[in-house]
Amino acid sequence: MNSSFDHNVNESLSIDAYQVCVDYHGTVALYDASLKLASGSICGLVGMNGAGKTTLFNALMGFVRPSRGVIRINGKSVSEAQRDQIVAYVPQSDGIDSSFPISVWDVVMMGRYGGMNFLRIPRESDRKAVLHALERVNLLDFIHRPIGTLSGGQRKRAFLARAIAQRASVLLLDEPFSGIDVRTEKLMSELFIQFRNEGRTILVSTHDLSHVREFCDLVVLINKTVLAYGETSEVFTSENLSLTFGGMQPDPISGSAAPEEYF
Amino acid sequence: MDLLLSFSPFDFLVEPLSYEFMRRALIVSALVGGVCGLLSCYLTLKGWALMGDAVSHSVMPGVVIAYALGLPFSLGAFVFGVGSVALIGFVKQKSRIKEDTVIGLVFTGFFAFGLVLVSKIKSNIDLMHILFGSPLGISNSDVSQTLIISFIVVSLLILFRKDLMLYCFDATHARSIGINTGLLHYLLLSILSLAAVVGLQTVGIILVVAMLITPGATAYLFTDRFDRMTFLAVLFSAISSILGVYFSFWLDIETGGSIVLVQTLMFLIAFLFAPKYGILKTKHNIST
Repeated sequence: MNSSFDHNVNESLSIDAYQVCVDYHGTVALYDASLKLASGSICGLVGMNGAGKTTLFNALMGFVRPSRGVIRINGKSVSEAQRDQIVAYVPQSDGIDSSFPISVWDVVMMGRYGGMNFLRIPRESDRKAVLHALERVNLLDFIHRPIGTLSGGQRKRAFLARAIAQRASVLLLDEPFSGIDVRTEKLMSELFIQFRNEGRTILVSTHDLSHVREFCDLVVLINKTVLAYGETSEVFTSENLSLTFGGMQPDPISGSAAPEEYF
Repeated sequence: MDLLLSFSPFDFLVEPLSYEFMRRALIVSALVGGVCGLLSCYLTLKGWALMGDAVSHSVMPGVVIAYALGLPFSLGAFVFGVGSVALIGFVKQKSRIKEDTVIGLVFTGFFAFGLVLVSKIKSNIDLMHILFGSPLGISNSDVSQTLIISFIVVSLLILFRKDLMLYCFDATHARSIGINTGLLHYLLLSILSLAAVVGLQTVGIILVVAMLITPGATAYLFTDRFDRMTFLAVLFSAISSILGVYFSFWLDIETGGSIVLVQTLMFLIAFLFAPKYGILKTKHNIST
């Protein structure tokens, strides 16, 4: 991979991470993670629980500061990207309070808050963007429904619509395929392809390898660091997968290997 | 009850108004009820009921010290309310103890300190008034403090309405679009401290947490819309405060207890009969 310490910013890359290290109070969550993702790709982020998927997401959103290394998003620093709302996070549907008394319209409108004034009063352009986003995910009929009355798949689409309304060019999706039916899966994969063709980058965290083979052009394998990344067909070798899941790679901090049962 | 039944509703409502202390108690209780009701929506949705209990108990030493020094009691209460929150955050961050344990630990410590202070500081502080409130004996200066604090609380909740709603619903998204969620966290906690200060005037330190969660919980059973929930919570809370004061007057019962009991009864009615989320309705839905 990148052996040079002089890291040149490449603006055509949507995500460009170079030797990123993140630690929480001395516990290393991610070390020397480097990856380059071109704009307009669907990329799977594959690793075991605790491999650093969430940490990488948090670093890309600016929630944790890497102790070392550089992250560039569309050629900008993470804080600039946050200010310009380039990165949208689509949560797992069980990660939010589904009984919150709020309508689909209100949820999608939250994607526009960053561009609104202090009181968050929607303008005509905000309303149009929300309608457009809901149309894209085929939820116009559910506009006034409370978010809690939607099915898991519909809820995921509502959060995708929020990311569209935000006009984010980098979408981080946390386990988007867990607990949805085949029809929603098909609709979401079609949406991902549309997003890719519009030049957006979709980074999908998952531990389901079959979904990666089916939907992702690129894949990033992580286990405390980026083990490999690139075209799915090239990266998905049995050797790489055993590094990701098999615990063959010793932990450089403690020297121990991950337990075998994850294989 | 005989006393109650022997009056017409008109007498029930109008006669107490001939007393100045009752007019003042009704206005202050309704206002405090409305303010706490508005905040209760955020606290119940955020899951901060225990935090409400903690802050309201923690203001105790502040009230005592402020009275002893001749300062406005709200100032002392606010300092200790915010102080308890800061201390909870600090201990949680620096130790491996779980949050609910830290909350319980800090607020009981503050409360105990307050009790000890009351017994040691020779003054005309009536412990019962602090613990259980005394809206019937509220002074003019207390009324003006309540008005000012209520205005501040309502203004902040209106100005930050959408941001606080987003923070309660999905803090991750708020952060990812550059909203300062740390600031919102402490803003909500400061508002909570202020609301606890006004709430303890009417129902006292021990029961103020009821004012801060019950109206929101009741309203939540009636609607799926945040705006309607806030409207209903304010309405329920103000009505129960007013009714509570009336019952207190006619039945000669403790005012704070009376207000909270009316609130609890309203919750019970909602719990049983709310059109969509009452348990009787839910059973009906399943059987059809």
